[in-house]
Amino acid sequence: MNRYQSEDEIVNVVRGFEACETGADDFHHGEHLAVAVWYLHTMDRDAALDRMRAGLLRFLDHYEGNTSKYSEPITVFYIDRILEKMKELGHHPFPLPSANLSEAYVNTLGVRMGQCSYCGFCERFACGNYSKASAQTTILPVLMKKPNFELRTDSEVLKVNLTQDGKMARSVTFLDAQGVEYEQPADVVAVCAYALMNVRMMLLSKIGTQYDPVSGKGTVGRNYCYQTSAGARLMFDDKHFNPFIGAGALGQTIDDFQGDGFDHSKLDFVGGAGISCTVSNGRPISNRPTVPGSPRWGAKWKQATVDGYQNSMGFGSQGSSYPVRENYLDLDPTYTDRHGRPLLRITFDFPDNDVRMSHYMSEQLEKLTKPFSAKYTAVARLQKGWNSVPYQSTHNTGGAIMGTDPTTSAVNKYLQSWDVPNVFVVGASAFAHNAGMNPTGTVGALAYWAAEAITTKYIKSPGALVPA
Amino acid sequence: MSKTLWAAVFVALSVPALAATTDAGKYQVILGDCEGCHGKDLAGGVVLETPFGRMVAPNITPDKETGIGNYTAQEFNLAMKRGVAPGGKRLYPAMPYPYYAHMPDSDVSAMWDYLRTVKPVKNRVNVNQLRFPFNLRVLMRGWNALFFRPQPIADASKSAEWNRGSYLVNGPGHCGACHAPKNAFGADKRALTGTSLQGWFAPDLTSEHHAGLGSWSRVDMVEYLETGRNAHSLASGPMAEAVENSTSRMTMADLDAMAVYLKDVPPSKGNGGGASGIDAQMKAGARAYELSCVACHGRDGKGSALFPPLAGNAAVRQVRADTVVRTVLAGAKAVATPKAPTGPGMPSFGWRLTDEQVANILTYVRNNWGNQAPAISPETVKRIRSELHSSS
Repeated sequence: MNRYQSEDEIVNVVRGFEACETGADDFHHGEHLAVAVWYLHTMDRDAALDRMRAGLLRFLDHYEGNTSKYSEPITVFYIDRILEKMKELGHHPFPLPSANLSEAYVNTLGVRMGQCSYCGFCERFACGNYSKASAQTTILPVLMKKPNFELRTDSEVLKVNLTQDGKMARSVTFLDAQGVEYEQPADVVAVCAYALMNVRMMLLSKIGTQYDPVSGKGTVGRNYCYQTSAGARLMFDDKHFNPFIGAGALGQTIDDFQGDGFDHSKLDFVGGAGISCTVSNGRPISNRPTVPGSPRWGAKWKQATVDGYQNSMGFGSQGSSYPVRENYLDLDPTYTDRHGRPLLRITFDFPDNDVRMSHYMSEQLEKLTKPFSAKYTAVARLQKGWNSVPYQSTHNTGGAIMGTDPTTSAVNKYLQSWDVPNVFVVGASAFAHNAGMNPTGTVGALAYWAAEAITTKYIKSPGALVPA
Repeated sequence: MSKTLWAAVFVALSVPALAATTDAGKYQVILGDCEGCHGKDLAGGVVLETPFGRMVAPNITPDKETGIGNYTAQEFNLAMKRGVAPGGKRLYPAMPYPYYAHMPDSDVSAMWDYLRTVKPVKNRVNVNQLRFPFNLRVLMRGWNALFFRPQPIADASKSAEWNRGSYLVNGPGHCGACHAPKNAFGADKRALTGTSLQGWFAPDLTSEHHAGLGSWSRVDMVEYLETGRNAHSLASGPMAEAVENSTSRMTMADLDAMAVYLKDVPPSKGNGGGASGIDAQMKAGARAYELSCVACHGRDGKGSALFPPLAGNAAVRQVRADTVVRTVLAGAKAVATPKAPTGPGMPSFGWRLTDEQVANILTYVRNNWGNQAPAISPETVKRIRSELHSSS
């Protein structure tokens, strides 16, 4: 059977068949199948059946002078089997949801945002076109105008200070850019740092108790999760992918292997992953993919770099991460920061379940990338023994999880500390698991959820919002 | 009845009355844009660069030592409307008393009541940093004799709304202080045809169609003054301050009146029309525009919901290039108001565009998509670049 390299080739086969230009000797099962798949790919089942029937009758009439060989039941049977098979193997790609703006937009607060120009400087840079939805572009301009709002940039909170009995927060101590120390009194403290830093701040401030993986007791540092990735890189000849045209999350994704959304009955793991193909991180100096085995220096390295830049594309998968007893966060016994405070220590390796899940995704990537017939295809396969050096993901979650039981969670459903009720800990630290996608949407939703609880419940009646 | 009780009754009766006049007085401070020069806390310190040297706005909080805490109501009125401070000291017309002279005494008195309630701030300001001989205040006697002739601005043949607008524009709003051309002695001509000051070109506000606001509707004008933006333009530079401190806080009725008046200001002579013999500049400008400007302002020059259009934008078609050149070289930050809170910024391109490239881009922008305005030369860009450099 033919391997078709492009849609054009298939369209040609279809045209040849429909116009009876393809000779009867050149129209075999492979061509017949290609035409059927093309019909089912571009129209619904009944239309595909009608088109196939009409085409076959014309073809038979043209070459044989009669249509007696045509069989309606066989045509119907094949159309339905092919459709079934296509559904079984086929994926359902859709544009990757993202907070990059495809057109100018005015949000509900009246803040205006510009259309993305695909400049390729999305990740790691602020956006000059106001096309990246972040707090800086969407809400801070409004908050800055409020008389009761003040933003102190370049400041660092050292700790949340508790009352003598440790039951309430009374202030935070912070340093400004000049290193001057301040104490800011507070009735409510919202710890809204990055997930890992939320956990560190709680531990440094003695809010809640440190989780101990041996006894299984303690709540802060518990249920730390990461993200279990898989990916593929393809190298071609003579392509022009122009990766400098890009955005942070510009591409297509499939959820066919996401979470519990597919059949796990014959699989040896729980969870799943989203698989995406995006154009991102294409800046010419930072992005230099070369075919493995290429020279590492000199003129040939330069040539390999030039070739690789325009000819490389990738797929990535963001997989779920489940908590296990031995993955956790605590304060480092040895290393400290410039203020002498212990750093956060991450104790982590990929759980066996997640490794099996990731290997399954690698297999899907192999199937998915095979039809591309690239000059070189590499599908990564996750190994045990987590390594901090190659960048994998910024999606850290857990460590100060929300829950219903104060003995197994650090905060209640309103993200209120079980131990110090005027402290709310907001961020991905609240997730008990990490799903197979970016956590930001959930972080935002939980922030609104906690803010509503603070303003409508806590302020009116300070104290524990959920009885312990 | 004891004295104490009388005092208590007096306080109880007078507090609401005082609150009403201070609210009215606060509105006068908004109309007069006092914060624009004297600062948010009115304690002074804002520097005004004039052709005669540097002036710093004084402290007008009730601090007795460094502010105007020792003024009487009468002295305040004289300073506001005649430019004469206590002791006969002559004010410079950077303090726009020729405009405030139109204010009724009751409004000046309400303003005074309000100013007595603001927080006193101790801040000594060295106001007069003008060059000799302009630093001699006595000169202002002669200046006043020549140029300070407050004339009635009411016009009985026009509507009440037009007259209110005229009063706001030519009175407390002192629009001409920036937008009117000056004579050699720094006196405003009675026109709103635009002029250069402080490194910007305060644009033509007349109903002329190329450089003026002829294409703006009344609604466009109100939207701009209220929010700092409309479909044509964004307020930045000194106008951003005027919108933030003054016009965005005015009543809709007053903004509408200003729009009615401005729509009726007779057209200026325009900007001198489009440039000719600029084929090379247009071609080079189009190429440079494509590389540096298209992402935000669009290939069609129409901008977007966020970025202002360049096609049909009067700000880019002013007779002088000060504002557009400085915006390209140094960038600009639009005002943020409650109704338009974004305050978008345009980045500086001075570090990567040569004088010639800036001149080409702007000549192209000023003569494309129906725009018509004189060409800009690399020498002009060079001069403005060096002025920006020396002022920063």
